[in-house]
Amino acid sequence: MSETLDRSHAIETGGGVIRLDRPLRLDSGLSLKRVDIAYKTYGRLNDDRSNAVLVCHALTGDQHVASAHPMTGRPGWWSRVVGEGKTLDPTRYFIICTNVVGGCMGSTGPASISPDTGQPYALTFPVITIPDMVRAQAAFIEQLGIETLFAVVGGSMGGMQVLQWAADYPDRLFSAVCIAAAARHSAQNIAFHEVGRQAIMADPNWCGGDYASRSLRPEKGLAVARMAAHITYLSEPALQRKFGRELQRDGLSWGFDADFQVESYLRHQGSSFVDRFDANSYLYITRAMDYFDLAAQADGVLGEAFRGAKGLRICVMSFTSDWLYPTAEARIVVRALNAAGARASFVEIESDKGHDAFLLDEPVMDEALSGFLMSAAFARGICL
Amino acid sequence: MSLVRQDFREIQRLVRPGARVLDVGCGTGDLLELLQKEKNVDGRGIEISASGVAACLAKGLSVMQGDADRDLADFPARSFDYAVLSQTLQAVREPKKVLSDLLRLADRAIVSFPNFGHWRVRLKLLTTGRMPSTEALPEPWWSTSNIHLCTLRDFTILCADLDLRIEACSALANGAPARPIEPDRPIENWRAESALFLLSRRTAGSGEVVGRAQPDLFS
Repeated sequence: MSETLDRSHAIETGGGVIRLDRPLRLDSGLSLKRVDIAYKTYGRLNDDRSNAVLVCHALTGDQHVASAHPMTGRPGWWSRVVGEGKTLDPTRYFIICTNVVGGCMGSTGPASISPDTGQPYALTFPVITIPDMVRAQAAFIEQLGIETLFAVVGGSMGGMQVLQWAADYPDRLFSAVCIAAAARHSAQNIAFHEVGRQAIMADPNWCGGDYASRSLRPEKGLAVARMAAHITYLSEPALQRKFGRELQRDGLSWGFDADFQVESYLRHQGSSFVDRFDANSYLYITRAMDYFDLAAQADGVLGEAFRGAKGLRICVMSFTSDWLYPTAEARIVVRALNAAGARASFVEIESDKGHDAFLLDEPVMDEALSGFLMSAAFARGICL
Repeated sequence: MSLVRQDFREIQRLVRPGARVLDVGCGTGDLLELLQKEKNVDGRGIEISASGVAACLAKGLSVMQGDADRDLADFPARSFDYAVLSQTLQAVREPKKVLSDLLRLADRAIVSFPNFGHWRVRLKLLTTGRMPSTEALPEPWWSTSNIHLCTLRDFTILCADLDLRIEACSALANGAPARPIEPDRPIENWRAESALFLLSRRTAGSGEVVGRAQPDLFS
C-alpha cells in the first residue's frame, strides 16, 4: 500500500502520497478536483482492521509524527508518544498520520501545482476549513479500506480535528482523544493569527502570494509570524524560568542586536521554521483554525454538534498554564459531550509549560492517555 | 471491614442493576468498578485530582476532573438514576447546594457522612473540651478537610428543608454490618458512627409530585 514500505525493522513503517479517488467538496462551496494526501504509517493493520489510530497534527506539524523530519532531520514531533514500547505502540496499533489539506509537506496545498493552470495555486487555492481537512482524512481512511478507526488522537489544531471527527463521523470512531484544544477559536486566538498573517503579507517578497513563481520566499514575514505565535505556545513562568533577563553576551549592545537570550531563542525559532514551512500554507491553515466554530455548525448549540456521538469514548485534556486553549474552553467541550450522552472523560494537567505541554514530557498526560487507550483497546478486543 | 468498604457494600445493595450512576468524588474508581462488575451499571465519575482521573481512565471508567462544588453543572438535568456522594458531603464548601445539585442531575442521591452526633464525639467534646478526633475524623481542626460536619439530626432537617424524601437510611460502623435505621429517632443520632441515605425529590421544580419511593429496599 505504500511506496516506501520498510521491512528491515521489526516495526513496519509506510508512507508516501495517495490521491483521493474523488474531488473534495469544501465548506466554501468550491471543490478541489485533485487531492493528494501525504502520509506516514507505523505498525500493521490487523486482520479485523480494528487497530487503526489516526494522529492529527497541529498547525505547523506534519505526517512525520514519529520519524525523522526529511528537511530538518529532527525526530518526529510526537516520537515521545508514538513508538515501540510507548503509549501509541506500533506493535499493537496501526498508526496513521496524514498531512492536512492546505499543508506543505506533500498534501495538496497552496504550493501545489493547480491542474487548471499548471502553476502553483498560491492565493487561487480555495480557503479550507477544519471540516474540510477531516473530510479529506475520512476519504483517505476509506481508501485504505478502514471502516472504523480505533482512535483518533490530536493536540491543538489536531484536537480540533478530533472534535470534528466526533461531530461528523462518530460511527467511524471507537474512541477519541482531544488534547489542548477548543471547540472554537476565541477573539484572542484570531488576533494572534492575524498578526502572523499580516507579518507574512507585509514582507515584500510575498508578492501577493505569488512568490514561488518568482523564486522568492517571504522568509522575514514568516519568521516574525512564527516568533509571535511561539510566544503563545509557552507560558510566562516557562519563559521566565528558561531565560529570565539573561543576556547573550556580557553587557548590553546599546543597539538592536539580540541582547537577551529570549530574543535569540525567538529569532532561532523563526529562522529555523522558514526552512520547513510554506508561507501561504501558514495563511491558509491559520485561517482554517480561525473559522473553526463547531457550535456554529449546529445552530449555535455545541451539544447538537455531537448528537451522533452518544456513547463515544472520548477523553479531553487541558493544561493549567495553556492560555491559548484554556481549561474553561475544554470544559465547554466536555459539557456539550455530556449533554449528548458521550462517554466523556476530562483531565486538567498541572503544568507550567503552556500550550506546548502536549508535545513535552508530561507524565500525567502519558498516564491518562495510555490508561484511556489501553482500556479502550481492551474493550475493542485488540489488547493482548 | 473498613468504613469505606461498608459504604460501598451498602451502595452496591441499593443501586439497581443496569442503572446510570454518577460517583462524585470517585477517587481511583474502586466503587464504580465494583458497581460495573456487580451491577452492570453505566458509571461516570467526578474526581478532583488528575492522578485519580488517570487511574480511573486506566480502569476504563469515564471520569471528569472537577469538584462537587463547581462542576456538577457540567451534567444535564436527570442524566443519572443515582448520584453517589460517599463520605464527602462534610468536605464540600456548600453542602446544601451540592445536595440539591445531586438531585437535579439524578433521580436519586446516595449520600453518606460521619455522624457528628455519635456518642463518642459528644463525649470527647464534653470531657476534653476540644474538637473531637475519632477514627472517622482523624485530622485536627486546623488541617481537616471536613469543614461542614453535621449530625444525623442536622441532615434530616436539611433534607426536609430541601423537600427531599428519605427513602432509606442505614447506620454504618467499623467492623459491623450496615443496620437499617429510622434517622429521626434520637437514639440513632447517638448510636450511628456514620450514616448512609437514599434520597429522592418529593416534588419536581413545578411542585408536581415525582416518582414513587424505590419499593425494593431492605426487603
